[in-house]
Amino acid sequence: MRFAGIDIGSRTIKLAVLEHGKLALSRKAVTSYNPLETARELMNDAVFDVIAATGYGRHLIKGHLDCPVISEITAFALGARYFSSDCLSILDIGGQDTKAIALDKEGRMNKFEMNDKCAAGTGRFLEVMATALGFNLEEFAKAALSAGKSVKINSMCTVFAESEVVSLTTQGAARDEVALGIHKAIVSRSVSLLKRVAPPGNVFFAGGVALNNCARALLESEMGRTVFVPPDPQIVGAVGAALSASEAAREQWVSQGHHH
Amino acid sequence: MTDYTKMWAELGLDLKGHDALLSVLGGAYRDIFLTQKNRPEGMKYFDFVMSEVHGMRIKELMDAKAQGRKVIGSYCVFVPEELILAVDGVSVGLCAGAEFNFEGAETVLPRNTCSLIKSAFGFKLGKVCPYLEASDVVVGENTCDGKKKSYEILAPLVKDLYVMDLPQMKTDAGKALLKEEYRKFTAKLEGVSGKKITAESLREGIAVVNAKRQAVKRLAALRAADPAPISGLDALLVNQVFFYDDPLRFTESVNKLCDELEERVKKGIGVFPKGTRRLLVSGCPMAVPNWKLPLLVESSAAVIVGEESCVGERGTRWLTELKGTTVDELLDAVTDRYFNIDCAVFTPNPSRIEYVKEMAKKYQAQGVIHYSLQFCQPYIMESGPVEKELEKAGLPTLRLETDYSQEDAGQLKTRIEAFVERLKK
Repeated sequence: MRFAGIDIGSRTIKLAVLEHGKLALSRKAVTSYNPLETARELMNDAVFDVIAATGYGRHLIKGHLDCPVISEITAFALGARYFSSDCLSILDIGGQDTKAIALDKEGRMNKFEMNDKCAAGTGRFLEVMATALGFNLEEFAKAALSAGKSVKINSMCTVFAESEVVSLTTQGAARDEVALGIHKAIVSRSVSLLKRVAPPGNVFFAGGVALNNCARALLESEMGRTVFVPPDPQIVGAVGAALSASEAAREQWVSQGHHH
Repeated sequence: MTDYTKMWAELGLDLKGHDALLSVLGGAYRDIFLTQKNRPEGMKYFDFVMSEVHGMRIKELMDAKAQGRKVIGSYCVFVPEELILAVDGVSVGLCAGAEFNFEGAETVLPRNTCSLIKSAFGFKLGKVCPYLEASDVVVGENTCDGKKKSYEILAPLVKDLYVMDLPQMKTDAGKALLKEEYRKFTAKLEGVSGKKITAESLREGIAVVNAKRQAVKRLAALRAADPAPISGLDALLVNQVFFYDDPLRFTESVNKLCDELEERVKKGIGVFPKGTRRLLVSGCPMAVPNWKLPLLVESSAAVIVGEESCVGERGTRWLTELKGTTVDELLDAVTDRYFNIDCAVFTPNPSRIEYVKEMAKKYQAQGVIHYSLQFCQPYIMESGPVEKELEKAGLPTLRLETDYSQEDAGQLKTRIEAFVERLKK
C-alpha cells in the first residue's frame, strides 16, 4: 500500500508518499491564495491508497477529501522519528509558526511549545527581512555567514523589525552585519522556546528555515548540541501525516477482525 | 417578544450599539450552543435566560428598584452575595466577557491591559451594559494591580463606586483585614439600603447563597460520569448565569437540570461518546459571553469536565458555615468562607494546585489546560509552577495565553488538537 501525507502550511504545501516504509515521492508548491487548488494540483497524478492531512489548512482539505487529520505538532513528532530514529528534541520553524517538541524514548510526544499568535521570529519574518535588505533567501543566509560581527536587532515584531532594519541601513550599517543580527534574533527566540522543553541530546531541525545554513550554525552554537537536519527539512510534517495514515489504516484493518 | 427599548433608553443605553451587541451575542449563542448535539432538556431554561439576558432580567431589576431594593454590581467572587441579600439587595455580576468597544476602552486604559478589564470599560464607555447602568453601587476590589488601578479610572464614570481592600497573604493579619473590609461593606450596604443587617437576615442570605452553591456543586459532581452527561460549554454557561440570575429560580433550575443528568448518568447517556478525552480548565475567569476556549476544545475531540476558575469551582466550592447567632459571629463565618478562595493574587497559593489535582481525580480528567488572559500577571506567573507541579503528578498540562479576539483561534486549535493527540496514547 502507498500512504500519503499532505502538509498544508502557511507558505508551502508539501506532499509525501511512503511505500514499504520508503519515501516514494515528495513534492512542494507555494501555498497561494487558493490552497485547496494548489493541493489538488500537487496530488494530481500522485499514486497512493490512503492520505492524511496536517498543517494549518488541514481542516480545509478534510472537508474535500474526507481524510483523517492530525495536528502539525503530532505530524512533526512522527516525521522526525522517520528520519532520526532516536531524536528527542525537535525544532520546527515554518512559515508562521515555530514549534519546539519533546519526545520520550518511544517517540511519543511529551511536551511542546509554540510561538505566540504573531509571526515574530518565523520563516515569514526572515523573508520580510531579506526583502528589506534586498537579498533573496540564499544570498541572505550567505551574507549573514560571511559577516564578521552582527548588529543587534531589538524588535521581534515583523513590522517593527522591518523599519528597524531600514533605519539601520540608512545609518550606514553593513548589510551582512544586519543580516547576521536578524538570524541571531530569530535563533535566540527559538532557542528559548526549545530550552523550555528539550531533553538533553541532539536537536532535530525541520521546517523551511532549516534550509538556512546560518540559522542551523547559530542553533548549533547557541544550544551547544549537534543539530541534525534531514535531507529535505520541509517534508517532515507530510511524512508524519503519511505515517499516521498508515497507522490509521492498520488500526482499521485490525478492528475489522484481520490479524497479522 | 417584549419590546424593552423604552427601558433601555431610560437606563441611558446607547441603543444602536446595544442592538449591535445583542445581535452579535444572539448569533454567537445560536451557533455555539444551540448546534450542540444531545443537549439536556434542562438547558432550555438557560437558553431562555440568555435570550432575555438584557430583557426580562433587567426588567426584574428595575421592578426590584421600584420597590426600594438596591442593585449591587460587582466584578469579583470576593464580594459576598450573602451580605447583599441580607439588606434585601440584588447582587449582579457585571459585563466583562466580550470584545466590545476596545478602541473606546483604550482611550482611557493602556493597550496592554487584560481583556476582562478592557471589556468592562468598553461596556461602560459604549453604554451597553444594562446591569452596570442599573447598579446603585458598583463594587470594586483590590485583587490584581490592573483592576485595582483601573477602578480609579472607573470611579468618575459610575454613580457610586465602592472599593474593597483585599489581603494578599493567608495570614491571621490577612484574615483580620478581610473581616474588617466585610464589616465596612456591611455598613456601606446598610447605608445605601437604609436596612440594618440582622442575624436573621444574614442567616437567610447565607442559606440562599449556599443552596445556589450546592446546586452547582451537584452539577459539578455529575460531570464525573463517562460519557459526560453535559458539555463543558453548557456547564460553563450555568456557572456564568450563577452571577446574575435570581438566586432562588437559578437554584431550582440547576437542580432540575441535575435530576435529568442523574437519569442520563444511570442510563449511560452523554453528550460525547464514552471514552472521549476529558480535560479540566484552570486559570482566569470566563465571563459571559467568553466561550472561546471551551468551543475550541469541544470541537477537538475532547470534553471539559471541570473549571478551576472564579466562574467555576474556585468561586463556588466552599459553603458558608451557618454558624453563630450574632451578626459578628456570622460575619466570621462569611470571612472564613471567602478567605479560602485560592485566587492567584495570594502569595503563596499552594491550595490551588492541590485542588486541581483533586479535581482531576474526582472527574477522571486526563489533562489540564491552563488558561491565562494575556496581561493577567498573577495567573500567567502562576502558570509555570502550576504546569510543573501537575506534570510531576502525571497530569499532562497545556498552558495557553490568549485574549477575547478570534485572531489566534487557528493557532490555539492546533495546540489543543496536539494536546488531545498526546493524551490519546
